[in-house]
Amino acid sequence: MPYVYNTPDDQQAMLEAIGCASIEELFESIPESLRLNRPLQLPKAMGELELTAHLTALAAQNKSPADTVCFLGAGSYDHFVPAVVDYVASRGEFYTSYTPYQPEVSQGNLQAMFEYQTMICELTGMDVSNQSLYDGGSAAVEGVLMSLTVTRRRGRVLVAESVHPEYRQVVDTYFASLETEVITIPCPEGTIDQQALNSALTEDTACLLLQQPNFFGCLEEVHEIVEKVHSAGALLVSVIDPISLGLLQRPGDYDADIVVGEGQSLGTPMQYGGPYLGLMACRETFVRRLPGRIAGQTTDRRGNRCWVLTLQTREQHIRRDKATSNICTNQGLFALRASVYLAAMGPQGMREVAELCLQKTAYARERLSRLDRLEVVFDRPVFKEFVVRDRANAVDELLADCERAGVFAGVPLAQWYPDREDCFLLAVTEKRTRAEIDQFVEFVAQHTTSGATHAK
Amino acid sequence: MKPEELRYAKTHEWVHVDENAEHAQNGQSLATVGISAFAVEALTDLVFLELPEIGKQVTPGGSLGEVESVKAVSDIYSPVAGEVIEVNQELPDALQWLGEDPYGRGWIAKIRLAGAADLEHLMSHAAYNKMCAEEES
Amino acid sequence: MRNKHATQLIFELSKAGRKAVSLPAVDVPVQPIEEIIPERFLAETSPHLPEVAEPEIVRHYANLSTLNMSVDTHFYPLGSCTMKYNPKRNERLASMPGIVDVHPYQPESSLQGLLRVFFELQQMLEEISGLDAVSLQPAAGAHGELTALMVAAAYFREMGEVRTKVLTPDSAHGTNPASARMCGFETVTVKSTAEGFVDREDLLSKLDESVAVFMITNPNTLGLFERGVAEIADEVHACGGLIYLDGANMNAILGVTRPGDFGADMMHFNPHKTFSGPHGGGGPGAGPIAVVKKLSPYLPVPRVVREKLEDGFKYRLDGDQPRSIGRVRSFFGNSGVLVRAYCYLLTHGPEGLRRVSENAVLNANYLLSRVKHFLPVPQGDRCMHEFVASAAQLKNDSGVSAMDLVKRLLDYGFHAPTVYFPLTVKEAVMVEPTETESKEMLDKFAEALFHITEESVDLLHDAPHTTLVSRPDEVTAARKPLLRWKPSAEA
Repeated sequence: MPYVYNTPDDQQAMLEAIGCASIEELFESIPESLRLNRPLQLPKAMGELELTAHLTALAAQNKSPADTVCFLGAGSYDHFVPAVVDYVASRGEFYTSYTPYQPEVSQGNLQAMFEYQTMICELTGMDVSNQSLYDGGSAAVEGVLMSLTVTRRRGRVLVAESVHPEYRQVVDTYFASLETEVITIPCPEGTIDQQALNSALTEDTACLLLQQPNFFGCLEEVHEIVEKVHSAGALLVSVIDPISLGLLQRPGDYDADIVVGEGQSLGTPMQYGGPYLGLMACRETFVRRLPGRIAGQTTDRRGNRCWVLTLQTREQHIRRDKATSNICTNQGLFALRASVYLAAMGPQGMREVAELCLQKTAYARERLSRLDRLEVVFDRPVFKEFVVRDRANAVDELLADCERAGVFAGVPLAQWYPDREDCFLLAVTEKRTRAEIDQFVEFVAQHTTSGATHAK
Repeated sequence: MKPEELRYAKTHEWVHVDENAEHAQNGQSLATVGISAFAVEALTDLVFLELPEIGKQVTPGGSLGEVESVKAVSDIYSPVAGEVIEVNQELPDALQWLGEDPYGRGWIAKIRLAGAADLEHLMSHAAYNKMCAEEES
Repeated sequence: MRNKHATQLIFELSKAGRKAVSLPAVDVPVQPIEEIIPERFLAETSPHLPEVAEPEIVRHYANLSTLNMSVDTHFYPLGSCTMKYNPKRNERLASMPGIVDVHPYQPESSLQGLLRVFFELQQMLEEISGLDAVSLQPAAGAHGELTALMVAAAYFREMGEVRTKVLTPDSAHGTNPASARMCGFETVTVKSTAEGFVDREDLLSKLDESVAVFMITNPNTLGLFERGVAEIADEVHACGGLIYLDGANMNAILGVTRPGDFGADMMHFNPHKTFSGPHGGGGPGAGPIAVVKKLSPYLPVPRVVREKLEDGFKYRLDGDQPRSIGRVRSFFGNSGVLVRAYCYLLTHGPEGLRRVSENAVLNANYLLSRVKHFLPVPQGDRCMHEFVASAAQLKNDSGVSAMDLVKRLLDYGFHAPTVYFPLTVKEAVMVEPTETESKEMLDKFAEALFHITEESVDLLHDAPHTTLVSRPDEVTAARKPLLRWKPSAEA
């Protein structure tokens, strides 16, 4: 038994103390008719050596950015993770501790969370942040739900089509059982159609969910949009990329009301999509509506500064006629990673990483646009991602060829935007070298299919 | 207000109806609403109070704001139907009044009743005390 | 040992000009930023983040970590949290290239090893639950619960049945009613008997065709197995309702009985409890759910499926389920937590899992047998993997509350058990030792608790005494929330 202390002698002594003849007796309360009476049909137990061999063989069947140049983005990114982040997150006192319900023995976690909350406020320009939610998608849903409670409007919520399609799918799932309508605002030119937005903003609209930079990598005209949204009495729920905030205007500065986003880029490896880090912050006036755990500063009985979980009623409160949130866990360990990352980067480092992403993306975009085969799709400023169109309309083939040549070239859009089946999305982070970009461009240049059609 | 003279809702709010109040118009009475000492004690450390909006139309069971302690948030429900015409503005910054004087200084809202005062469904002081005793055991 | 000098916030350590990370110089031709991004989108100032050197970061966080109790360092008997040992081999294996660094949108052909892990995990959870289909998507227990209720709602909608109610026991965890509300259900509470079992009469009086789901935890929050669970399930099924099992307490019954066999139609697992996933200071977790066959079309997409090839298998993500409730999160699932759970299950095998439950139950009963002599355990002499003691008598006699008792345990070097839950026991102290503790540790804990019951009231009211911080003022923290550090002078 790998992790159990009890020897047969221990068990004997314990049974005697309990006053029981056998362990079996301790299960008496479970009726015979409900017993399994056979071993579970599971693979046989493996020792550490065999398990390591088994997992190593399985891992070897997978590719990753370790062996394949990665231009994949769409909400999860191959960013640099400094060694200090891994070091801090691997300390047992952090990763094997629990929720800080006994503050006196959790000051490490509570202080780290207080620092995290502060950093997120600084990064986003908002007044208050929670300790995080599951991921960007659930944070987006929570932001939308929160807008219902804050505005007391339940008629409809607006969601830009340029928000991550999976986030929108999650919103749809959650709202299926609620009476509020979810209206999608189209984005035909890569950013939100402002006329469509105007018509959709009614007196009973609680919010607009908008992503900046959006799913296509494009920058939305947030200043114009936020004005419209506010004049209609609705809230702007802004989905952000934290890496962009080393350079781009912070949502607090353009008057967003609620900010949500995916914090994976802040020092967490991609891990096939999770666990990740749901960022959430808002204006001061909404603080009692903010879901999730929050650390607050106080003093103890000796007058020492210390931290506690506070506003705990946010967690499991049930309101009779308003939308509820049951999402209460935080991603403690990943919020810690994000804090260490932000501390390691500092303001200068954040600016550097943003600039590197910006310049490398601009370079890749420019070089690819010169190819016969590809066409850059949206004429908007981009940060670290952009959409290209394959004039030969053979996206899957092209991506497969690139993979064989050692490059994950991009994420095809067909699965989410059927009328963009000839397009794919590429991301260029600070980890991509000029050589990698050049090689990739040259490879695509040599891969025009015969009989390629131009400008459909 | 004397607790013995008040009526109580199952959800621990008290109400006093004044048929001769200054605010009474067209024969409409004025009700004052608060929460009982039992409720305040059960909540323990109070941290926040949200008052209803002036002008809000309420029905029995409708929301009259909420009160928050360290461990829980509780809705405050209106025992009567009518319009909120006054709220105890200073109370959120003086939550201790709820503990010290829940039937007097700790009043929460004044409601102009929609129709005749319908207090049939509310409990007398004695009945309310009995309910609380049963709840505790 | 904590460094005496290390007591500040990282912002207070900041000094302009210090820097930890240096990134490479830009290697592509540089364009002026304003030509790529119009000025209106650019920030005027940099975010105010701390400026610290790398050794400072290490020292700061290393010192912070020493202020935490954790499973690695302390006995942590938090009831209903299953704070068992977090195996180090799982950490190493889940961090391997090809597992930790995989992008969620890589083509399936480049992921066959990982998809196979998830497929096999789905199968293992089906077997352990005794149910027919599994979704690995939900991100936490509460999330799994919500997902399962959405599945139930979709099922009844399609059956054309209007069912508006979800029944929950009065001992239920707070997320149950909240989850129900989010699916558009109304919650109705079912009473418990004095022993903590479902009050059958009360249940029957509330069961009718408007009930969609009865949510139960079994073993219950007192650590007792609901004997009549199969009959309860029959009664609910007879009305056309479904049984949802909150799987938080699975550690008591692995390989002994299975939720599917005692009548559950849906359940969630907590891999970060039962399957040793580390708690990470509050997260991450995962909340895979398992359901009976008739509910499987409604599970979230995608799920991993397997096709037989001539020489082996091909693993695929199947999103083609028209009756599915859709997505409940972005990407696939909490892969990091799931891989650790997979490693845990392979490490134990069928016999090992059975021993886990046997020892978890043995340890809890042993501790109960020692504690009951000085702290009453109202439920009696037996329990499953956890038990609930009561400090009510102590409070009456000497004014010492459950909170006072457990705060003093901190001085003795133990993390406190859970207090004031379940609500059905006055001054509740809920203890779950888990199977990864020794008899010696349990003895030490029982002895400490005994000493504490004999200590003076004053000493206990002010406990803990030996920690850096004692009895933080939670009321002021809630009245006047201070939720971030501010650059101007702060005490």
